[in-house]
Amino acid sequence: MKYLDEYRDGAKVRALARAVSDAVDPGRGYAFMEVCGTHTMNIARYGIKRMLPDNVRLVSGPGCPVCVTPQEYVDRAVALARLDDVTIATFGDMMRVPGTGASLTDAKAEGADVRVVYSPNDAVDYADGERERRVVFLGVGFETTAPTVGRALTRADERGLGNFYVLSAHKLIPPAMAVLCESEDLALDGFICPAHVSAIIGSGAYEGLVERYGTACAVTGFEPLDILRGIQLLVEQVNEGTARVDNEYSRVVKPEGNPRAQAVMEDVFEPADTEWRGLGTLSASGLRLKERFTGYDAFVIECEVEETRVDGRCICGRVLAGAAEPHDCPLFRVECDPEHPVGACMVSSEGTCAAYYKYEQ
Amino acid sequence: MCLGIPVQIKELMDDNLGRAALGDVEYTCDLSLIEDPKVGEYVILHAGYAIERLDEEEALETLAMFAEIEAAAAAEGE
Repeated sequence: MKYLDEYRDGAKVRALARAVSDAVDPGRGYAFMEVCGTHTMNIARYGIKRMLPDNVRLVSGPGCPVCVTPQEYVDRAVALARLDDVTIATFGDMMRVPGTGASLTDAKAEGADVRVVYSPNDAVDYADGERERRVVFLGVGFETTAPTVGRALTRADERGLGNFYVLSAHKLIPPAMAVLCESEDLALDGFICPAHVSAIIGSGAYEGLVERYGTACAVTGFEPLDILRGIQLLVEQVNEGTARVDNEYSRVVKPEGNPRAQAVMEDVFEPADTEWRGLGTLSASGLRLKERFTGYDAFVIECEVEETRVDGRCICGRVLAGAAEPHDCPLFRVECDPEHPVGACMVSSEGTCAAYYKYEQ
Repeated sequence: MCLGIPVQIKELMDDNLGRAALGDVEYTCDLSLIEDPKVGEYVILHAGYAIERLDEEEALETLAMFAEIEAAAAAEGE
């Protein structure tokens, strides 16, 4: 595939991995965090850690949107799914996330109308075709996804669909990065900044973090050559004793991002304090629907949500905060695997536990 | 979840929609988030939407840099 395969070339990957290793100073440590689940998955899939010297530590952060969505949200989605006239439309990786009593897959098996969609526009089409049903789209995702959901909502609005709803759990990445910078335990030297979140918000969105915390940043594409180059840029910044925002993924990411997508997001949503699994409630780190779109807000639909009880043995939260690795969890590979996930991090293919389970021995 | 793939716009349709191809596979693509999309351009497709265009010149520059690193490594190895 054009503009994909070229960035996976084995000989170039090996040459670049050597160049990165040569640049690493054996006399010090390097700690870099990736805050995007697709990076987590591809770092594991391509064995990037094994290509680097031991003193370069790559830490996974809260980059999987499904994983950072609190269990209470899943419980509400299940409660909505159980209403007779409600159809839930969702991206596939929400389906098996365990709720307190049931997942959406369980609810569907019990007869609830839960449909996996590829695009939020599919949910709008369902609402248009079945006006007697209330179609609730589960708005889960970071800045990459929020504009697509926002635009789907305005499409529903243009068509006058009073039966389309969004249950927004959208989250913003920079506020979470700021919290991680403040963690003394992590002592991060740099961030492998997300590829497609940055396509929307722009590489300039991290300037504040660099200024405030002195943490190195490199906006990085998802292919193995991109990831290694991003790490190389971070190593260089650390060696120079400087911090700035480098942009490795310049073929897609501009300093100012995508203004049209930002405008859609600002038109439909406003920042709100939001709970992150693992990080707690962070100020202005999520997106809720603006007041004039209240009619589309699925949070106003009355339903009986089960009282949320979390399995205290699961350390998903600490894994998401970079404070623990999947191997530290007593459930990992014992009670918790992709077939029978206990925590959200084992469900989504880009969850840290799922990526480790599949690729790291 | 933020996965996005580079696809090429093949056709513009009404209502800011279009058709885009990855190899032989064609997708319907919502082009609302792109300013003035054109047939032949590459865009990143995510959740049925083109979320940004791919700058071919920048893409080739990055590839040329990777080729240089490979050449330098090969020269060192000789």
